[in-house]
Amino acid sequence: MPSRHPKFEIIPRALVEDIIGEAFDVLARVGLFVENREAYDLLTAHGGRPAGPVDPDKGTGKLTLPIAMVEELLELAPNQIRLKDLRGETEVTLAPGRTHFDPGSAALFLHDPAAGVIRRPATADLRRYVRLVDRLPHYHLQSTALVSGDVPGPCSDSYRLYLALRYGRKPVVTGTFRKESFAVMREMLETVRGGAGALAQFPPAIFDACPSPPLMWSDLTSQSVMDAARAGLPSEFVSMPLTGSTAPITLAGALVQHAAETLAGVVLAQAAQPGAPVIWGGSPSAMDLRFGTTPMGAIETMMIDASYAAVGRFLDLPTHAYMGLSDAKQVDYQAGLESGLGIILAALAGINVVSGAGMLDFENCQSLEKLVLDHEACAMAYRMLRGVERRDEVMALDLLAELPAGGHLLTHPHTLKWYREEILVPGKALDRRARGADNLADLPTAAQRAQQEVERLLAAPEEPWLDEAVIRELDRIMEAELRAAGAAGLPKG
Amino acid sequence: MNPNENIRQAVLDGDASGAAALARVRLDAGLSPLEALDPFIAAIREAGDRFELGDFFLPQLLMASQAMRAALEVIFPPGQAGPTLSRGTVVAGTVQGDIHEIGKSLVCALLQAHGFTVVDLGGDVSADRFIEQIRAVNPDLLALSALLTTTMIQQKMLLDRLAQEGLRDRVKVLVGGAPVTTQWARDIGADGYAPDAARAVDLALKLVEK
Ligand code: B1M
Repeated sequence: MPSRHPKFEIIPRALVEDIIGEAFDVLARVGLFVENREAYDLLTAHGGRPAGPVDPDKGTGKLTLPIAMVEELLELAPNQIRLKDLRGETEVTLAPGRTHFDPGSAALFLHDPAAGVIRRPATADLRRYVRLVDRLPHYHLQSTALVSGDVPGPCSDSYRLYLALRYGRKPVVTGTFRKESFAVMREMLETVRGGAGALAQFPPAIFDACPSPPLMWSDLTSQSVMDAARAGLPSEFVSMPLTGSTAPITLAGALVQHAAETLAGVVLAQAAQPGAPVIWGGSPSAMDLRFGTTPMGAIETMMIDASYAAVGRFLDLPTHAYMGLSDAKQVDYQAGLESGLGIILAALAGINVVSGAGMLDFENCQSLEKLVLDHEACAMAYRMLRGVERRDEVMALDLLAELPAGGHLLTHPHTLKWYREEILVPGKALDRRARGADNLADLPTAAQRAQQEVERLLAAPEEPWLDEAVIRELDRIMEAELRAAGAAGLPKG
Repeated sequence: MNPNENIRQAVLDGDASGAAALARVRLDAGLSPLEALDPFIAAIREAGDRFELGDFFLPQLLMASQAMRAALEVIFPPGQAGPTLSRGTVVAGTVQGDIHEIGKSLVCALLQAHGFTVVDLGGDVSADRFIEQIRAVNPDLLALSALLTTTMIQQKMLLDRLAQEGLRDRVKVLVGGAPVTTQWARDIGADGYAPDAARAVDLALKLVEK
C-alpha cells in the first residue's frame, strides 16, 4: 500500500506567489548591478535596460530586467538535472521528491580533535575527508568541503576539486574563487567524463555561484554562471540575504530579495546558453545583530531556506539550501541541535540538494566527526521520508488477539518479516546501549564515538575509481596549474 | 547626575542632530574643541564597551557612531585647518579580488566609535588605490581585510609594494578576515592581526601608542 511522504508547508501558496510577483517588480523597477562586462552586454542584448551610469572602465552598471524578459528566459530552465558519479555509473537526479545531502563547502579550517586544535587543513586532510564521504552512503554527493592550505592561494579552488576527483567517486558540489580557475576545473571534469559532450550529458559536478547582496552579480560569479552554462554544468545559485544587514530584516522581505537575485541568475544562465541547468539555492542568514555574525543554525535562517525552496519548487526548478550545519565551535549539543533540525526540516521541505553536513562555525570549519554524526541525521531523515507505511490490511488486531497475557512478539513471523524495514538501525556513533558504567569518564560522548567511527571507516583500503590514464592526466593538469602559480609540484599526502 | 548626561544620551540613542546641537552649545560656551569633544568620546566608548558585552546591538552601535560623527563635524568642520581629533587615522579596505565587506565595515565602525578617523575604501581595492590614499591621507594605520584564501596573498603583495615605494615605515599595517591567522600576519611582516572587530580596536590603540 503506498505511503504518503510527510511534508510540511512553511508558507502558503498565496505568499509564494506574492514573493515571486514582487521579485519580478524588483528586477523590472529597481534593477540590479551586473559587474561583469560580458554578462552586462548579454543581458542588455536580451532586453535588459541600463538603469544608471555605466562604469567607464568596466563597461558595467545597473540594469532593469523587464518582466516579459525574465518570464521568457525562466521558461527555458530545465526542471530536473541528472548527475552521474565519476565513473558514470550511479545517477543522482535532482527532481521533485528527491533529497540529496552533501557536506558544506569551502571551509577554511579543520576541527582536529586528535591534535586538540582548529587548524588550516592540508592535502592529507582533504584526502581523508573525500574518502570518508565516499564511505557514508547517505551522502549522495560530495563537495569540495575544505580548502587546502599547502598550495598557493590562487590554486586553492581548483586543487580541492582535483582531490575530490582523484580520491572520491560521488558527483561534486564545487565552485570557483576566481575567474581564471574555471578553465582548469572544466578541463579536469572533462578528463574524468571523457569529453565535453559527455560532460554536459551527465555532469559530475555542480558549480556554486553567489550573487552579492543586495542585488548585485559580481564579476567573478557572473562569469562562473556563464561559463558553467556553456559547459552544460549546473550552476547552483547561492543567494545569501543577511537580514537587517544586506537585506530587509523581515523574513518575507529577505525572501523577495532572494527571489530577485536568484531569478537574475537563472536569466543570466539562460541568456548564456538556453536550457542551461540551474538550481534555485541559497545560504541566507538571520544575521545576529549583537555580534555581527551570520548564524546558519538560527531557526529564522532555516525558515527562510524552507520558504525560498517553496518558491523554487513553484517555479518548477531543482532546489538547494545550506542546512544541516551549525555555528557551534565544537561537536557538541548545539552542533547536534542546529544540524539535526536543519537536516530534518530540509527533508520535510523537499529540498533537492542539502549542503552543510560536517560544518561548524558559520561555514568556516569542517569536522570529520560531525560528518559522521550528521550522517545519522540524514539516515533518520530518509527514514522519516519513507513515512508510516500501511503494511497490512488489518494492522494490529489479529496480532493482539493471538497474544496471551504477558506474551511478546519478539519471535513472531510478523516481527521477523518487518523489523529491519520498519525500524532504522543507527550506526555506531549513536548510543542506544544500556548504560554500562556510572563514571562519566567511562561513558564516551557522541563526538568520541564518532572519532572512533572515522578511524574505522578510513581504515578500509582506498579503492581506485578512475582509470590509470585518467589519473595521470589529472595529475598532469593540476601539476601544471600549481607550477604556474609558483609551487614546486603536487604536494605530498 | 552626570553634567553631560544629555550628551551621553544623545550619542547612545544615536541622535545625530541632537549630538550636533549639543556640540554647538559647548563651542558657543567657549570651550576649546578638545574640551568640547571630551564627553562625546566618553559616550562613544561606552557604546563600544556595551557592544562588546553583547548589550548593545550593531544597529545601535552604528547609530551611536553616526551621532558621534555629527558632533565631530561640528567641532572639527571637515576641510578646515586646525586641530583634529584623533586617536589616529586609518585607511581601510578589503583587498583586490575580494568583495566581502561586512567584517571590514564592522571593524571600521568600531574604530570610529573609539575615536579613530577612518577612510574606508570599500571592497575589491587595488594596491594602486591603497598606495594613492596612503600618500594622500598619511594614515597611522592601514587596515586590510581578506576573506578568501585566494585573496589573502594580496595582503602580502601590498606589504611588498609599500616597501618598494618606501612607505612601509610610514604606516602600521593591521590585517584580518576569516582565513587570516597570527602566523600569516607574522609571515608577511604585518604589524598585527585581530580575529574580530573588538580586538582590532584594542590592537589599533596599542599600535598608535607605540
Ligand atoms: C584590518 O584588520 C581586520 C581585523 C579583523 C577583521 C578584518 C580586518 N576583517 C574582518 N575581521 C574580523 O572582524 C570581523 C568582525 O568581527 C570579522 O569579519 P567576518 O567577515 O569574518 O564576519 C562578518 C562580520 C560576517 N561574515 C561575513 O560577512 C562573511 C560571511 C560568509 C557567509 C560570506 C558572505 C556573506 C559572502 N560571500 Co563568501 N562568505 C563567506 C563567509 C562565511 C563565514 N561565515 O565567514 C566565505 C568567506 N565566502 C566564501 C566563498 C567561497 C565565496 N564568497 C563569495 C561571495 C560572498 C557574498 C558576496 C555573497 C557575501 C559577502 C557580502 C558582502 N557584501 O560582504 C564568493 C567570492 C566573491 C569575491 N570575489 O569576493 C565565493 C568565492 C563564492 C562563489 N563561488 O560565488 C568562502 C571562502 C572560502 C575560501 N577558501 O576562501 C566562505 C568561508 C564561505 C564558504 N564556506 O563557502 C572577522 O573576520
